[in-house]
Amino acid sequence: MTNRDLWQAAFDASRVRDDQPYATMSGIDVDPVYGPDDGEFPGQYPYTRGPYASMYRSKLWTMRMFAGFGTAEDTNWRFKEIIKAGGTGLSTAFDMPTLLGIDSDNAMSLGEVGRCGVAIDTLADMEDLYAGIDLGEITTSMTINSPAAVIFAMFIAQAEQAGIPRARLGGTLQNDILKEYQAQKEYVFPPRQSMRLVRDTIDFTAAEMPRWNSISISGYHIREAGSTAAEELAFTLANGFAYVELALEAGLPIDTFAPRLSFFFNAHIDFFEEIAKYRAARRIWARWMKERYGAENDKSMQLKFHTQTAGVSLTAQQPEVNIVRTAIEALAGVLGGTQSLHTNSMDEALALPTEKSARIALRTQQVIAHETNVAHVADPLGGSHYVEALTDEMERQAEELFAHLDELGDGSMLEGAIQGIEENWFQGRIADSAYELERRLNAGDHIRVGVNDFTDGNDEDQMELLRISGEDETKQRKRLDQVRQDRDQEKVDAALNRVRSESQDPEINLMPALIDAVKVYATVGEIMGTMESEFGRHVEVPVI
Amino acid sequence: MAGERILIAKVGLDGHDRGVKVVARILRDAGFEVVYTGLFQTPETVAAAAVDEDVDAVGLSMLSAAHMTLAPLVVEEIRKRGLEIPVILGGIVPDHDLEALAEVGIDTVLTPGASAEEIADRVRAAIAANNEED
Repeated sequence: MTNRDLWQAAFDASRVRDDQPYATMSGIDVDPVYGPDDGEFPGQYPYTRGPYASMYRSKLWTMRMFAGFGTAEDTNWRFKEIIKAGGTGLSTAFDMPTLLGIDSDNAMSLGEVGRCGVAIDTLADMEDLYAGIDLGEITTSMTINSPAAVIFAMFIAQAEQAGIPRARLGGTLQNDILKEYQAQKEYVFPPRQSMRLVRDTIDFTAAEMPRWNSISISGYHIREAGSTAAEELAFTLANGFAYVELALEAGLPIDTFAPRLSFFFNAHIDFFEEIAKYRAARRIWARWMKERYGAENDKSMQLKFHTQTAGVSLTAQQPEVNIVRTAIEALAGVLGGTQSLHTNSMDEALALPTEKSARIALRTQQVIAHETNVAHVADPLGGSHYVEALTDEMERQAEELFAHLDELGDGSMLEGAIQGIEENWFQGRIADSAYELERRLNAGDHIRVGVNDFTDGNDEDQMELLRISGEDETKQRKRLDQVRQDRDQEKVDAALNRVRSESQDPEINLMPALIDAVKVYATVGEIMGTMESEFGRHVEVPVI
Repeated sequence: MAGERILIAKVGLDGHDRGVKVVARILRDAGFEVVYTGLFQTPETVAAAAVDEDVDAVGLSMLSAAHMTLAPLVVEEIRKRGLEIPVILGGIVPDHDLEALAEVGIDTVLTPGASAEEIADRVRAAIAANNEED
């Protein structure tokens, strides 16, 4: 049997959408994949060409638009608009106080409540956030890291109140704390204590939530913070290896949790390099999972990923041009075989998106999905001399960086990741790469349209932007006040005491205590503060 | 004129530090002495650092839309300590906020796309204009 025969058998066993005449516009029939009979096919180890035999012929990527602003009610309304417009998954953006695990009435929250995402203080807000949305049907992604376990507890409690058992919930918790120290900087506890919470969520979902992705291992923020494509690839996968080793150390067999790890990559503007990056990511992950960690289940080896177009590639100048950039980046994600996609809105270098600009961003995906026919064929660029060479080079560069981390951790990628953070190695490399690009932009070696060339039109009036009023902040504080008054304080104190005592024992899984605490309306800030009193706080040494 | 000292700060919860680090390096390479506070500062800690470090200007980096709340507080704290140095704001700042920021005492606003040369020139100009007033 040739590889083609094996692929054909797998393809025939897949559910295939027959809503399309799989042909070009002028009627030429199109195969699901092309390549020599003995070459690698999609759905075959090491999955360079895609995790599944049938790819988009079974299921288009999920058009998952990230949204969140103001109060939970405001965001609930935006979610319903997204669903009405044809969005097929939700993605929740939280505001800065929530991301850092403090309440809306904390002095540090001033000016930040509901600004960059939705404000969540208690279970009451979570109830509003997903009101009227069937969480047993639509999948939900939550972009939250330091307080991920607490917000996840709220999500579970809220769904169960709405009558949806946790086993039916499908979605993704970002929960990738390592890249917070490396790039996004929304950390609270020190790395080792944070990793205990990550372990608890992996363990909990492996046992109770078969449809839930416990971590979305994220290169997106590493890239946005300034890394190169190869660094994004390498640091992300290295973080993935660290989480794998964390779960293995906790005694979980590899194939019980690895299938629920998912990835999140950036789609930047260098089109072919991005496609090569996704292909290399799948290949590297498969090899490491099989060879280093002994995975046997194919699903443990199949890297699945979400993509977001590059926020940093967008310009404040002539923002309409950002629609074009986003379309090209989104196309790279699709040709690279992404499982879900968020397209940025044209105004995001200036503010949070307006409803109109968010709709255009979703329409961009719909044009790619339904007008261009690019989803007919899996890995359409596989076999291109250029793309294959770039894929190999991405893999080579990533392996070099892995070797450094392996050495740093003395044979442990988990230790290597933590050491690399504590020594500012990741942070330094990312800052160096960011500055190098800036230098090239300034020297004119790298053109950014409307910024350092082609600037006619920059003086036109700024477009209409979304304005978030300070009223939301006041409203949210009042709401929090009300919840504090209405709840049973004795129950809250007892629940927090349990969180405190269980925090002291790293053998205990904190998830049940967290779920009980949110159910009695303990706030995010109270729960995080309680854990902080046991775990301590991370402080980064500032380096330029 | 070399050797002007500038304090570069991140105030509040905004952890985006790509821009602040790039700007700090740009200024350093342009001959400034740069002091960086690190993340999660308050208006009080920034003002206190400005006094301790005896700087000629303070640069704030803000990308989370909290500038209208936090930038005026930083200016206030700095003035309270008797410093009349320029406060410069860099980050995502919509045009419609510029006037109000000038009114609360923000000297200069630098927005995405500013070149290295422009950044160094405008910081230098803000310091020079302030020295003339003295």
